[in-house]
Amino acid sequence: MMHIRRSPEEIAANRARYEDHQKKGLEFAPKALPAPSPLPALPISADAIIHQETIPGSWYWSTKLLRGEAIRIDQAESNSTVALVAWNAHDTSERINLVDTVKMQWTTALGKGRVIFSDMGRVMFSLIEDSSGANDCLMGGSTAASNAAKYPGVKTRNTRDNLILVACKLGLDRRDIAGVLNLFAPVSVDYAGGFAWRGKRSNSGDYAELRAEMDMLVGFSNCPHPLDPDPIYQPKPVIVTRFRAAAPAADDLCRTATAEAIRGFQNNTMMLA
Amino acid sequence: MTDFAPTCPPRSLENAVEDHFIPAEASWSGVVRKGQTIRIEDSYGQQAIDTLFYRADDFAERYSNQDTMRAQTGAYVGIGTKLISNEGNVMLTMTADSCGRHDTSAGACSCESNTVRFGHGAKYLHACRDNFVLEISKHGMSKRDIVPNINFFMNVPISPDGKMTIVDGISAPGDYVELVAEMDVLCVISNCPQINNPCNGFDPTPIRVLIWDAVTHIGA
Ligand SMILES: [Zn+2]
Repeated sequence: MMHIRRSPEEIAANRARYEDHQKKGLEFAPKALPAPSPLPALPISADAIIHQETIPGSWYWSTKLLRGEAIRIDQAESNSTVALVAWNAHDTSERINLVDTVKMQWTTALGKGRVIFSDMGRVMFSLIEDSSGANDCLMGGSTAASNAAKYPGVKTRNTRDNLILVACKLGLDRRDIAGVLNLFAPVSVDYAGGFAWRGKRSNSGDYAELRAEMDMLVGFSNCPHPLDPDPIYQPKPVIVTRFRAAAPAADDLCRTATAEAIRGFQNNTMMLA
Repeated sequence: MTDFAPTCPPRSLENAVEDHFIPAEASWSGVVRKGQTIRIEDSYGQQAIDTLFYRADDFAERYSNQDTMRAQTGAYVGIGTKLISNEGNVMLTMTADSCGRHDTSAGACSCESNTVRFGHGAKYLHACRDNFVLEISKHGMSKRDIVPNINFFMNVPISPDGKMTIVDGISAPGDYVELVAEMDVLCVISNCPQINNPCNGFDPTPIRVLIWDAVTHIGA
């Protein structure tokens, strides 16, 4: 095998550049990011609300969400994990991409101030509020098999099948689901990479607000997370409120917290031009 | 981290049924039949090898990083890891690994993600997703079919506080993994051309892929 090495000078220059990005990503950004949103959630003004949906435990729902609108996902009776997927409404081949989201923001801890990217380097959601600080982007949702193992003999619905139903009713199919974001799922990762459920599930009344940064189709599944410690299958209803968000100010946290978010929003601007 | 497990002695370069040299930055795809073993060799060391698997007779069933991580309740790939499909089926099992650390939570590089990570000046650089698009287009698939992949030999530690960063690979020249196919699969590889992060020491190098038929006397 023949291979000509790049020069040590080229390699050193690229390494220096990477280490500069890495330092900014790991050291600067977290200082600019706030603590979780306070409880209880403030009410949303009635004239901003476009639609409110109560998703029963174990069920799914989907909605169109236009740029500038937002959704609040509210654990009405606590202790629910909500799995979420999203597609660009105008080109569904562009979709939520969690591996890019965590790699580009140098963290798997997605909370208030962070953004969720598509596979095209554009921002889909700004996490403008998040009280739980515990959202899982690694483990995915439950499946028929994972539920059967966890709740033997119990008839259950699961996130995988729910989201296939969402996709198919939108004219998409199972190829279009490439990972889910779990809201309200305190999954911890140890140094060996092992996952565990961290403490209690979440606070009663925990909520998250995601502002749409492009027109999207958004799907939800309301089933227990695979690591949820409750041995009984008893998912609670969640309330999703679609509303008109306040226009982002020039110093909007999510748009300015990190160099990566700033560049992502530049990509959004190019799409809209 | 897993302990080193050498390949079974009956597998030699002479009795491999396929032997592919994949140049630096290039892509490759090929079918691995149920029972066959595929060896992916990091010939020069410190080279990230981005890999996807599709069920050979139904491409809508494909590798799922979240299902794989969920099934083993852990983030890293090593010996014994079962690679799980989006339908919950075992596609392949890792049976040998001389390196000990492989990533499946950081995905492949792309021109678009590079603009976010490294600035818009990094847009027009060869990237893994372009390799994947070209390679799967040969099989009738498109960008829509690209899902989060495995990065063999890429070291992406995740801290308990969530911090995630790509650091220098720990693979040495000649390190390899072996996977036995549990179904007929199409294997698609992008030999990562990334020169903006240390996944390949900023110097992409060639790799080698070997495939052996199931040999019933192995291990007997
Ligand atoms: Zn790459």
